[in-house]
Amino acid sequence: MIRVVNSESMEIRAAEDVVAVRQAVRKKSISLGFGLVDQTKVVTASSELARNTLDHGGGGTVHLEILENDRRAGIRLIFEDQGPGIADIAQALTDGYTSGGGMGLGLGGSKRLSHEFDITSQPGEGTRVSIVRWK
Amino acid sequence: MERIPILKMGDYLLITIQVDMHDKLALTLQNDLTEQIVTHKSKGILIDISALEIVDSFIGRMLGIIASMSRLLDAETVVVGMQPAVAITLVELGLSMKGIRTALNVEKGMTVLQNSLREERQDGDSSRQF
Repeated sequence: MIRVVNSESMEIRAAEDVVAVRQAVRKKSISLGFGLVDQTKVVTASSELARNTLDHGGGGTVHLEILENDRRAGIRLIFEDQGPGIADIAQALTDGYTSGGGMGLGLGGSKRLSHEFDITSQPGEGTRVSIVRWK
Repeated sequence: MERIPILKMGDYLLITIQVDMHDKLALTLQNDLTEQIVTHKSKGILIDISALEIVDSFIGRMLGIIASMSRLLDAETVVVGMQPAVAITLVELGLSMKGIRTALNVEKGMTVLQNSLREERQDGDSSRQF
């Protein structure tokens, strides 16, 4: 059974907020005792997703949760926006596909950098992306 | 305004990225750098990223843009000092950094730039002989 030990939220409204999210995720992953490579992976994934929230979702919120199951601890990040949403999620997950000026690696890349990945999106209503990285 | 310092050393420009990069800072760096390449007629750009704890697709794209711009202005770019954890993460992220030359550290990066400049000058000399 997964327990949420601790939870906090941050607003993503400007480029500086993306930096703040990275720093918060770094701090939490260090406090959980993540190794350097695991820290780097989850911080990089958070950077990609925070930037997506800002650039494609028009800003939004991230919920940072510390998780615990019977065997290990982990970190869950839930990015939510009320932007235009994604009509074709499979296409958005394809490497190299981009609707903006980016490289089209954000979604697929952060999925590969995480142990669990979940995305729901409703055109016109917004997008919610959730990732988990276990220790 | 916050900006990343660019150091001139002979034919080369040295940049050390130590702060968390964001859009405005990246654009300022691109402008400053291209101007300095032209002003100093620089032949090589060395970018030290050893202080960067992560490289995401935003920074990867910025490095690629800088390398392309510099190439158009006849200057070679070498990115040095990538941390091992960053390299592991970049591959998983799917960022191959194609078209960007890398070297392990500043010293090796300078050697790469000097070699490519020497080759270019030799080519130039030989073409004049004909």
